[in-house]
Amino acid sequence: MSAAAAIRARRATPARVGAHAGELSWRWLAAGAVTLAAALLAGLALGPAGIPPGALLDDLVGRLPLTDGHGSLSALDSAVLWELRAPRVALGALVGGTLALAGGAYQAVFRNPLADPYLLGAAAGAGLGATVAIVHVGVVPLPLAAFVGATAAVGGAYLLGRSVGDGRTTATLILAGVAMAAFLTAVQTLLLQQDTENVRAIYAWLLGRLSTSGWSDVLLVLPYAALSAGVVLAHRRLLDVMRVGDDEATSLGVRVGRVRFLVIGAATLGTAAAVAVSGLIGFVGIVVPHAVRLLAGSSYRVVLPLSMLFGAAFLVLADVIARTALSPAELPIGVVTACVGAPFFVVVLRTSRLAST
Amino acid sequence: MGSRSRTGVLLATAAALALSGSGCGDSSTGSSADGSEAADAAFPVTVRDATRRVTIERRPERIVSLSPSATETLFAVGAGDQVTAVDDESDHPRGVPTTDLSSYQPNVEAIAGHRPDLVVVPASVPRDVKGGLRRLGLAVLAEPAPDGLEDAYHQMRELGLATGHAAAGHRLAQRVRGEVERRIAAAPDGPSLDVFHELDPDLYSASSDTFIGRIYERLGLRNVADPAARRTGSPYPQLSSEAVVSANPDLVVLADTECCEQTPAKVARRPGWDEVSAVRNGAVVGIDDDVASRWGPRIPAFVTRVVDAMEVARESAGGRR
Repeated sequence: MSAAAAIRARRATPARVGAHAGELSWRWLAAGAVTLAAALLAGLALGPAGIPPGALLDDLVGRLPLTDGHGSLSALDSAVLWELRAPRVALGALVGGTLALAGGAYQAVFRNPLADPYLLGAAAGAGLGATVAIVHVGVVPLPLAAFVGATAAVGGAYLLGRSVGDGRTTATLILAGVAMAAFLTAVQTLLLQQDTENVRAIYAWLLGRLSTSGWSDVLLVLPYAALSAGVVLAHRRLLDVMRVGDDEATSLGVRVGRVRFLVIGAATLGTAAAVAVSGLIGFVGIVVPHAVRLLAGSSYRVVLPLSMLFGAAFLVLADVIARTALSPAELPIGVVTACVGAPFFVVVLRTSRLAST
Repeated sequence: MGSRSRTGVLLATAAALALSGSGCGDSSTGSSADGSEAADAAFPVTVRDATRRVTIERRPERIVSLSPSATETLFAVGAGDQVTAVDDESDHPRGVPTTDLSSYQPNVEAIAGHRPDLVVVPASVPRDVKGGLRRLGLAVLAEPAPDGLEDAYHQMRELGLATGHAAAGHRLAQRVRGEVERRIAAAPDGPSLDVFHELDPDLYSASSDTFIGRIYERLGLRNVADPAARRTGSPYPQLSSEAVVSANPDLVVLADTECCEQTPAKVARRPGWDEVSAVRNGAVVGIDDDVASRWGPRIPAFVTRVVDAMEVARESAGGRR
């Protein structure tokens, strides 16, 4: 195909997908931003410590530039708020946004509504890495081990899928991911069985938790989350084009293999960073993009950015439930997301089936 | 058990009563080695474990223990020579015959391979394992985690009785009780202090509804894990960092110094924890994980460390007020 034809084809695509239906409306963007802001406030205000909302607002306002207030919080409450609660809320937003965006990206790349960020073995690889780090404490830091495990697993699945497939279908890639995940999970389970002393620590990690090591975790995830978001969002139009099928997209001038590689790579990097600090939090990556698709439209120019905003809000709120439902005890956040996510998923499935018939 | 053993049961019960009676009577002088010899002759004996009466026909010579606490007690009552194998967690005292037997996932065949005549297991062991061992005709003692100190002393006496060291078991229980009570009596007075008992860095804790928690209760400490335990119904609840920091405990006991390499210095570096009273006053104490979780002869060592930390916390509290 000539370059001119490619440009023509690319120009033609918006009309094909539907210019109005495909664009992200300001109204939805504002709704996402407001929801996220409300979730962040709720995350800061609610928790087992019972910091009075008035004092909290005072303190918040006092920290704004150009104001001269000094907070009326005690040193202890201030430490709870700014060293424990705030980083946890920020981490929840980052992890939730990243996982939801990665889920949307995976669903786009694989044209499979059941795809989630863990499809190609990221969870199994991270789980193995984390287990090794917990069993051999002090050898490798847990976040690094989980990150390396996740990226290595997806990299391995990608190479494996390409080597056996002809590179034109995603089916071999998915199957390679399934095989990789099964193998790594088996190894991880074996390690777990042999080291009963650490069962609880490993189990806690597998269920997911928004870690309490303060701002350092936030700073750890931030660059990967930003890179991942940048790359995935930059490809949102091409992902829309690819919805029509690989062959058709290729004939429209999209370098399908390259887009797929970049988007999978970026989504995986974000996912790996997220699980490295928060463990395996399920359902965010699958529930949030589907909800957005139902409510705001199915174009990836809509689904991807909104998934990020609503995913961030969803996980922050899920964490509020995790730390207040049985306060002062803690619920694993993976349990909360699944408890909310599973029934919701059924609703999504029912609705989409009704809509398609 | 056939009717053959019924007279044995009666005899053993009578013997046990006689022994415990004499043990109480002359505990101050302490029984001599003769006491143990007399106990040797008293088989069969009957002891009660978590769920049933267990009759032990003759002095066990090949004991397998899958409970680290029981292992420590067995050696302390002088039954060490009779212990053939212990589980992979049993590591005290030095020289115990540690094997790769697991108390979490015990394998009946692997246990039977040591040809034991008495198997001591935690009561938490799966029922099919206990049943399997009994079907092989082995005497099985399933020891539950004790409800409190008295329960722990009771287990010491029973393990002594079951192994032919009834008098020594009695003396051990008396000695541990004496040391513990002396230390509790020496604990500083004053307004009650809040304690946080850390089982691992994920902030699992032990509430008052546990053996360790009962000891804190005896020391007059308030347990910051109790509200969480009430909400979750779990005696070992997981707390959030925020919950611990805002509870502001006067005393933090780290029972994760070995497993997870936690130290008072590391605790002080955790975000937000620098404002906690215990951290500010230096009342964070690391206690060997095993000492802080077993109910054997090392209970006094645990109480000593806690009382020392209480003194630190009390002094700085007094200084502040």
